[in-house]
Amino acid sequence: MVQINLPKNSEVQKGIYYQDKTGSKNIRKVNVYRWDPSNGENPREDTYEVDMDNCPSKVLDILNKIKNEIDPSLAYRRSCAHGVCGSCAMNMDGKNGLACTKPHSEIEGDINIYPLPHLKVKKDLIGDLSGLYKQYESIEPWLKTNTKVETTEIIQSQKDRKKLDGAYECIMCACCSTSCPSYWWNEDKFLGPAVLLQAYRWIVDSRDDERKERLKKVADELKLYRCHTIMNCTNACPKGLNPAKAIAELKKMLATS
Amino acid sequence: MSSYKIIDHEYDVIVLGAGGSGLRAAVGLSEAGLKTACISKVFPTRSHTSAAQGGISASLGNMGEDDWRWHMYDTVKGADWLGDQDSIEYLCKEAPAAVIELEKYGVPFSRTDDGKIYQRPFGGMTKNYGNGIVQRTCAAADRTGHAILHTLYGQALKHNTEFFIEYFALDLLMKDGECKGLIAWNLNDGTIHRFRAHSTIIATGGYGKAYYSATSAHTCTGDGNAMVLRAGLPLQDMEFVQFHPTGIYGHGTLISEGVRGEGGYLVNSKGERFMERYAPKAKDLASRDVVSRSMSIEINEGRGVGKEQDHVHLHLSHLDKSIIESRLPGITEAARLFANVDVTKEPIPVVPTVHYNMGGIPTNYKAEVLTGNDSETVPGLMAIGEAACVSVHGANRLGSNSLIDLVVFGRAAARRAAELVKPGTPHEDIGETETEKCLERFDKLRNSNGENSTAELRLSMQKTMQSKCAVFRTEKTLKEGVDDIRKAYDGMESISVKDRSLVFNTDLVETLEFDNLIRQAITTVDSAYNRQESRGAHAREDFPKRDDEKFMQHTIAWCNGKDSKIGYRPVTKTTLTNEVQYFPPQERVY
Repeated sequence: MVQINLPKNSEVQKGIYYQDKTGSKNIRKVNVYRWDPSNGENPREDTYEVDMDNCPSKVLDILNKIKNEIDPSLAYRRSCAHGVCGSCAMNMDGKNGLACTKPHSEIEGDINIYPLPHLKVKKDLIGDLSGLYKQYESIEPWLKTNTKVETTEIIQSQKDRKKLDGAYECIMCACCSTSCPSYWWNEDKFLGPAVLLQAYRWIVDSRDDERKERLKKVADELKLYRCHTIMNCTNACPKGLNPAKAIAELKKMLATS
Repeated sequence: MSSYKIIDHEYDVIVLGAGGSGLRAAVGLSEAGLKTACISKVFPTRSHTSAAQGGISASLGNMGEDDWRWHMYDTVKGADWLGDQDSIEYLCKEAPAAVIELEKYGVPFSRTDDGKIYQRPFGGMTKNYGNGIVQRTCAAADRTGHAILHTLYGQALKHNTEFFIEYFALDLLMKDGECKGLIAWNLNDGTIHRFRAHSTIIATGGYGKAYYSATSAHTCTGDGNAMVLRAGLPLQDMEFVQFHPTGIYGHGTLISEGVRGEGGYLVNSKGERFMERYAPKAKDLASRDVVSRSMSIEINEGRGVGKEQDHVHLHLSHLDKSIIESRLPGITEAARLFANVDVTKEPIPVVPTVHYNMGGIPTNYKAEVLTGNDSETVPGLMAIGEAACVSVHGANRLGSNSLIDLVVFGRAAARRAAELVKPGTPHEDIGETETEKCLERFDKLRNSNGENSTAELRLSMQKTMQSKCAVFRTEKTLKEGVDDIRKAYDGMESISVKDRSLVFNTDLVETLEFDNLIRQAITTVDSAYNRQESRGAHAREDFPKRDDEKFMQHTIAWCNGKDSKIGYRPVTKTTLTNEVQYFPPQERVY
């Protein structure tokens, strides 16, 4: 049987242990993946003892507390802190999500924080999303319309507008795509749930005049049909969206067109 | 500083920032055939425009009669007569076309029964010059900013805009009072980049993170404003900081004014709808400064709710469930996540929270940056969006006027740059002095080895601003603020950066951001100390009246290190065309 091992320089080693200095009685251990591209060393897992008596409720609050009070060198992305910008997507307790909306009370035992799976790591918790962004570009995410009307809006019924609900809200955090085993294996060819959901968003927009061409463009063995309905995407989405359903709809449209 | 590898780029125009205004400008510049680079410290869709909820104002008249002149009057009044009326005319007149354009770009606006763009009531938006409420705020549910930002990013991709993403801008390149480009640090690989351009457009947003409790993102650090200060240019009207009435208590997350637009209301511990007392006509839809002050008075007089009696309640459980579901889904989610509240059953605990900076880089309505000396412009430099002070918001911005500001002036900047810059014009030599000065500051901070952590200094700055330069201000608190904020600045002498690397060194990024914030904090509190009147968001308990004779003027503040210089320039009292007449100052009641 084939045995698959990590290359030697990717093996995660035991890292630094930061003992609590506050004397708090309410401590949690937080294990964080660390990797610095500039020193040639292996990735490691550092452990921080964090005083939970003075820590707000979300995982991002823990990371901010570590960065502000224990170890300023820890690198992660964060911006809006309320689940709309999609910066702080990471893997917490084995599940992808947004650190700013994930309550740490939902995690039992030690809190394990890793970058989004199967991305090249740039540093610590910062993953390289450039491949996904390129794929997003490839579905041409802009309205294509032949309308000649200049001075008023294109009329769209409430019923047609409703078709965009559940699709336009995507924040491109990549929690779904990086939880998808099919995407792990074929991230260069399979568009993955995040980008397919966006493809779907433009295909079902009643104002768009290139529905057919768009559908044809994704109707590809690898781009679309590498989805094997594993459903990790829907399970991972921190916004409660259902990319798996959108992909199923795309397949249905193609089967019936 | 030769140890840093410098990579040179030449563009016709560069845009710094990829939020709503930066992207709209980039689209227009690319359309005009100018070689354009858009530089941002975050991926475009992470920009804080994504957090705008309630909507974008434009007198489309989809839900009843409307007129851009009414919109203009409301904006002038909302601004407490500190706005420049030529710019406000331009904003309100251009607004409908700008929204229609966004719709054509693909923004998924909510719809009326007849399929037009849905519009909701918003604070301070009235019909017929203050006589009744108008529905002027165009909405995509309560995710309007998100919808606009993603759509504009799509347009920029369509027009092949060149992006430089996760590049942190350090300083402007100035020569003889002209802007020649900027220097930025590429976080992805640690290299330093020098961008040469005939026009540099700053679109870096606000600096809400100078305060402790703000709806602003961690990245709202006003980097462009600070670059302007370091270039020896002034910022304008920095004392005008908007407190949004409804930030979630304890967390600061924004709860859209759209909630009150859809019929929600505020209640104190006695169960009173107290806004009826402060704004008998507009009630909960008075402008933001008025509502925030009223809430503060209720709390100060002991009628706050909660254990500490330090906040009030926002009720919306009386609204139809289908309305909450279709028009306010985002705030329903936010209330559940950050206040543990089911909005269909319980009220949301809210408190006035720092939200928007009316002040910023002074510009004319064409987005050209002003030197502060009359209407003289800085060649090669423009500013748009929250970073700019055009000034259309004056002393207080109306809700939903910021998103329209982004797209109208983003478009105006692109138009003006296209008039000024001929594609492919060669760049003149500028020497190395500016680059060296910039990298010296960068290198000094990178290798700083002192006692004070960036986080401690930032916290001290934020607490000072929060307690000394808040909703209500006095000579005493402001004087303390003027002194205390300089202690935080002095702390930088012995700042500590632990991470010495150059790839995604977020320790150094936060330190550079602090260096940017503290300069803006100083200009803010100094400007506030010097303005001895109450106007819009600047409420002085010791000077409770507006003083048009002395202070119907823009504050102009220069800041070199911790030394500031305060001056004034007149407010524009003429309109742009004869299509509307100047609105003279009135008493401001809602």
